[in-house]
Amino acid sequence: MTNPISDIEKADVILVTGSNTTETHPVISSAIKRAAKFGGKGLIVIDPREITLKQYATLKMAPRPGGDIAWINGMIHVILKEGLQAKEYILDRTEGFDAMAEAVAPFTPEYVEKITGIPGNTLVEAARLYAGAEKGSILYCMGITQHINGTNAVKSLANLAMVCGNLGIEGGGVNPLRGQNNVQGACDMGGLPDVYPGYRKVHDESHAQTMEKAWGVTGLSRTPGITATDMVDAAIDGTLKALYVIGENPLVSEADLNHTEKGFHNLEFLVVQDIFMTETAQAANVVLPALCFAEKEGTFTNTERRVQRVRKAVDGPEGVPADWEIVCDLARRMGVPMEFKSAEAIFTELAAVTPAFSGLSYKRIEKEGIPWPCPTADHPGTPRLHVGSFAKGKGTFFPIEWTPPAEVTDAEYPLALTTGRVLYHYHTGTMTRKSKGLNERSPECFVEMAGSDAKNLGLSDGTLATVTSRRGNIKARVKVSRRMHKGTVFIPFHFAEAAANRLTNAKLDPDSKIPEFKVCAVRIGSAPEARG
Amino acid sequence: MWHTYLISAFKTNPLATRGVCILPTAVVSFLPWQTSLNQKTDKVRLEMEHKDKSMIIDGRALRFTEGETILEVARRNHIDIPTLCHLKGATPTGACRVCVVEVEGARTLMTSCTVPATAGMVVHSESPEVIRSRRMTIELMLTSGRHDDCLVCPSSGDCRLQDLAFRYKVKGATFTPSGVKYPMEAANPFILRDFSKCILCGRCVQACNEVQVNEAIDFGYRGAEAKIVTKGDRALKDSDCVFCGECVQACPVAALVPKNARLVPRMSETRAVKTTCSYCGVGCQMNLHVKNNRVWHVTGCEEVAPNHGSLCVKGRYGFDFIASEHRLTTPLIKENGAFREASWDEALDLTARRFKEIAGAHADAVGVLTSARVTNEENYIAQKFARTVLKTNNIDHCARL
Amino acid sequence: MSKARMQLMLCSGTGCHATGSKRFHEALDAELNRQGLTDEIKIVETGCNGFCAVGPVMLVQPEGIFYQKLTAEDVPELVEEHFLKGRPVPRLFFKEHMSKEKIPHIDDIPFFSNQVYRAMRNKGAIDPEVIDEYIARDGYFGAAKALNEMSSEEIIDEMLTSGLRGRGGAGFPTGLKWKFAHSSKGAEKYVLCNADEGDPGAFMDRSILESDPHVILEGMTIAAKAINATKGYIYCRTEYQLAIRRLEIAIAQAKEYGLLGTNILGSGFDFDIEIYQGAGAFVCGEETALMRSIEGKRGMPRPRPPFPAYKGLWDKPTILNNVESFANVPQIILKGGEWYASIGTEKSKGTKVFALSGDINNIGLVEVPMGLPIRTLIYDIGGGIPNKRKFKAVQLGGPSGGCVPEQHLDTLIDYEEIAKVGAIMGSGGAIVMDDRTCMVDMARFFMDFIQDESCGKCTPCREGTRRILEILERICDGKGEAADLKSLEDLCEVTSNSSLCGLGQTAANPVLSTMRFFMDEYKAHIFEKRCPAKTCQALLKFTVDAEKCKKCGLCFKACPADAIVWKKKEVAFIDTTKCIQCMSCYDKCPFDAID
Repeated sequence: MTNPISDIEKADVILVTGSNTTETHPVISSAIKRAAKFGGKGLIVIDPREITLKQYATLKMAPRPGGDIAWINGMIHVILKEGLQAKEYILDRTEGFDAMAEAVAPFTPEYVEKITGIPGNTLVEAARLYAGAEKGSILYCMGITQHINGTNAVKSLANLAMVCGNLGIEGGGVNPLRGQNNVQGACDMGGLPDVYPGYRKVHDESHAQTMEKAWGVTGLSRTPGITATDMVDAAIDGTLKALYVIGENPLVSEADLNHTEKGFHNLEFLVVQDIFMTETAQAANVVLPALCFAEKEGTFTNTERRVQRVRKAVDGPEGVPADWEIVCDLARRMGVPMEFKSAEAIFTELAAVTPAFSGLSYKRIEKEGIPWPCPTADHPGTPRLHVGSFAKGKGTFFPIEWTPPAEVTDAEYPLALTTGRVLYHYHTGTMTRKSKGLNERSPECFVEMAGSDAKNLGLSDGTLATVTSRRGNIKARVKVSRRMHKGTVFIPFHFAEAAANRLTNAKLDPDSKIPEFKVCAVRIGSAPEARG
Repeated sequence: MWHTYLISAFKTNPLATRGVCILPTAVVSFLPWQTSLNQKTDKVRLEMEHKDKSMIIDGRALRFTEGETILEVARRNHIDIPTLCHLKGATPTGACRVCVVEVEGARTLMTSCTVPATAGMVVHSESPEVIRSRRMTIELMLTSGRHDDCLVCPSSGDCRLQDLAFRYKVKGATFTPSGVKYPMEAANPFILRDFSKCILCGRCVQACNEVQVNEAIDFGYRGAEAKIVTKGDRALKDSDCVFCGECVQACPVAALVPKNARLVPRMSETRAVKTTCSYCGVGCQMNLHVKNNRVWHVTGCEEVAPNHGSLCVKGRYGFDFIASEHRLTTPLIKENGAFREASWDEALDLTARRFKEIAGAHADAVGVLTSARVTNEENYIAQKFARTVLKTNNIDHCARL
Repeated sequence: MSKARMQLMLCSGTGCHATGSKRFHEALDAELNRQGLTDEIKIVETGCNGFCAVGPVMLVQPEGIFYQKLTAEDVPELVEEHFLKGRPVPRLFFKEHMSKEKIPHIDDIPFFSNQVYRAMRNKGAIDPEVIDEYIARDGYFGAAKALNEMSSEEIIDEMLTSGLRGRGGAGFPTGLKWKFAHSSKGAEKYVLCNADEGDPGAFMDRSILESDPHVILEGMTIAAKAINATKGYIYCRTEYQLAIRRLEIAIAQAKEYGLLGTNILGSGFDFDIEIYQGAGAFVCGEETALMRSIEGKRGMPRPRPPFPAYKGLWDKPTILNNVESFANVPQIILKGGEWYASIGTEKSKGTKVFALSGDINNIGLVEVPMGLPIRTLIYDIGGGIPNKRKFKAVQLGGPSGGCVPEQHLDTLIDYEEIAKVGAIMGSGGAIVMDDRTCMVDMARFFMDFIQDESCGKCTPCREGTRRILEILERICDGKGEAADLKSLEDLCEVTSNSSLCGLGQTAANPVLSTMRFFMDEYKAHIFEKRCPAKTCQALLKFTVDAEKCKKCGLCFKACPADAIVWKKKEVAFIDTTKCIQCMSCYDKCPFDAID
């Protein structure tokens, strides 16, 4: 997030899109609801589903899945046409405006309505509401990014924010809600194929040399590695032979699971290190137990870049070391010793090699976490990015074109499927599906659809249905719901036995390599009930 | 005037200011101090006339900022006015009447949580009248429903009513307890509602409606029949409740407790370990309440960002996995399609050997999937391992999922 | 409109409706039709006349002849004798209680002659459903003056000069309340009228609304101009269907005449009024609860400050006045604050409406000048106590008030004077009790009401009133103990001192006041296990006191269970094996001979 969570209630208008916040980030959703209900703030919610947050919205829109860039460009179009843009801000702090303006020119409300189904006048109202606010905050989540054009959609949102001067101010920002507890930290720490800790590029010679010096090694590879999804393809074609999976469950979470499984089974050697026997661990050659968050020391970095402590509360299973100890042990056995006394010692090293972390230490975050960048020991941390000027000097507008989803509905697969989470489960359910209570509230997979769709398919609430895409099929119970619009169905992806990702399309966004989880084409029919 | 002096005498007693309970009958013994303390209050009063935005609480001249309540001014100055219904972050309701104080010139006692400080206001936070009122209020609470079983109550030791009863030495013996009017509700996996413990302070209502804004519960019925209800007075499981447990954390007594609260160690027996939630990216700060190497309860940390005490159902109740019997405890090696247990040495040696072989034979033939679930330190180590030991940049995690 | 030679002001208020005014009206209509008199004799259905005890009542104008207890059977005689031959029918005149004298003329009837009409100046004089009749009696002249000739400040000054104080009971100066709301910043402000009359035995608001709805609309419009509000709500309890219907008619007519809505009377001032029907919770008469209720939330009071004048309905500056207060406003504006203040006492100006009920002859609605002794209210206007019983006390202010006993009957009607004797002016409920009323039982009755109506929010009110009721019930049941008196005192003190809203703060008043004046009755219950008023059933012995018994046999005749053995010239005897404790004998015995 460019801005802290506490800024949400300081905004005058909040725009939430591609986030079913009340279920995926309940605590943040409370801040949004408070702002709308008690703070009298404007709330614009854009989602293909009639999610709970829409009950609090001043204005809501339901685009067809895959239409995000169209409505964002459309809003910018209206703002420019009506002269509502932050003219001085654009002049002083940004570049590339003209090209962007040209790109949005075709996106008239009428054109946007054709692509997204959003009524033209609603779009105009939304544009006026957002642009009319002194401080506008944009919150988004995977509903924006998990598309073939996800990166572009994010850039579009940034365009929208900059057009209205909402980047780099209190109560503003373009704020991705990170889905996992430490996804921010994993990226910051260089858990990516192309960057070192602190986002130094692996292919940049000077960066590589810096790291070689810091680590006291030579010959670091200058070639960026491959992403998780590409690893599947590499495994299938045999160039990737071994994989070490630490605390992930790609055999439920990856798109197009049948394809992923093929890749994993083709590996010569798979090691999975996890706290439970996950679906991925089942496929491993070696399974290594690990400690959970309550059993070890460390830090997580939350969605607002706040580095916070994780503390050991209980002992883990006897003899099981922390993940880092296992990795260090492996390194030693491979003849490249990596010796650390404690998690804190690792933190000291990582802070030294990560400029944004330089000022951080366990001592400083003892009471309350600090958001990076925090370059020096007396720096208070940076809750808001881009204040005064952008990291790169000027904020860049990108001209963004709308492209249709990789897979659109047709006669054979007439329904658009979108996937996501439910309140009671988390990701692949490794942890939450071990909880009796959470399972009682949400025991099984379902396919949520509009009453009219169910009626047309001859299905009713509670009947078992088969959902089929070009890549696979699953069985799930029908949940008829007023939250769904005709033509779109929703399936949560937590349930391995009915994994939504058997259906999803692994087509990647060319930039971010994010698969298009949020839209694919399916057909649904009733499934014979198994007896007994 | 005599009355006022008596109060200030009582007030300024060193024991009283330290929060030690003094019963009204004890007031008499402080009478000899009367004269000197009158002079002190008068002096303070005189000094104050020259300052605006000052008030007197218990004989101390205190500055305040516009909009601050008496309670806030008092707390800032370490004057301990007890509260029960007051919930930080929500509109004060003035419901419980425990925080009443005497404001000179006011017709009745005033709730310090709702009344804004005004210039020249003179407040007595523990006058005999205030104490009499608090004692009666506590007495009335103690005899509403069932509060005679602290010995087997899950909230004992972590109960504000118990604390208040102790502080004001109230036993709940004046009236016949009204007993169980509404049956307990346990028909959901997380929250036990024991209406016989409910003192209707409304903190849960505030927590649900103003803090989490889930709008699942409110006051229902009237008078002594009043009850906290969902819409239509249905069970929580059939209501709008999303089991975030904000109400449970807000409940000052044992009216809302975790479902298994009667079967596990009491909160007061546990040790709190502050940590960060392991579910979504909000990074809620939480306390794991531990006893005998096991986590029994989870509460939100009220004093820090980003969540200021709030949690969701997963963070608060989804911790069973920690002590799950399905946890992996020993390394496993697959042989002929089946896993067998192995020692750490064997498993790690095998892994090290295979990685070395493959990485040695083919460049970039090994990949590492690190995790958005493990710590920064572990991610750092994992990528360092990939880059310096495996000599590859084939490291990724599910950032995109 | 043709000019009728005679107008029959027939009361169609709730009281008279209940005693059969409708049937009488139909019969009268038919008769006038038959006789072809409809052009010369006009029937006007008025709102409550006030003299409910003798309804249905009718005033014949212009003569001023007052008829009481009319039935359909009286119609032919009335028409024939009075309306045609000009010979009024003495049989239907009002009969003085003591002297039995028949009084034909309304102005000579003490019930009316001792009253001064200001808030109720139009009662019984106009058809409440015809706006022209209201206008004909200076209606909307006050509003016209306020809107076109006066500034907000001038209106407020006039109100302050009038000395009008809140007639809902608390007595806060109306002008001051308006002044606060006027000075409070905000583009949106509200004027609310509290017509959620909930005290047992009170029907002042209802009668005013039923008999003169326009006066409320006019009063509210003036208030709106004073504080610069554009929207008003009348919060009326839903049981008052007739009042609501008449208000609806009045609002529609006022809008049609341009007296409500946009640009009222060409002044450029906009104001609109909506009726909000309350669901009958007593606590919704409390201002903050009332506002929450209009907001669509559960009617629960919130602490003040902030006061509604700064943060009221939807957190906007709001004034709330009760029906009677608003009813006084138009005349104050028209005739001036000084005119209004010309009657009354030093601190209580003008008049006050009371609803007389209970053990009193002239049950009904009266308006009297401030400063009148309560004794005059009870004996001259009220006609004294029926059945030659002795006056014991009058409860003023309903469940929030206190009782005024015999020894304080000369207390003047004045906010402060009444408070001195432990009662409150209240909204005007005056329940008279004779010597057969047990004061402990009376306190128990009101506490039962209050604890039932407590919203349940704050501890002292919710739990305290319940405990007070418990103790009172115990005492009435003959199970009282010495310690109960102390407990009662403690509970009453804390409930009064620490409750959140007015309901709780005044809840203990009936107990405190009866303990103050009738402690001997409490003690008799507790220590002698005796109810002096013979009301508390558990303390009755159901035996005949041979010394007091005059052997009249009335008890024998009254007993529905054949439990009384009596022969002429013999003392009666109650067979307790047959007695069903219905208390008919107690009620009938003129000599208090049954214990």
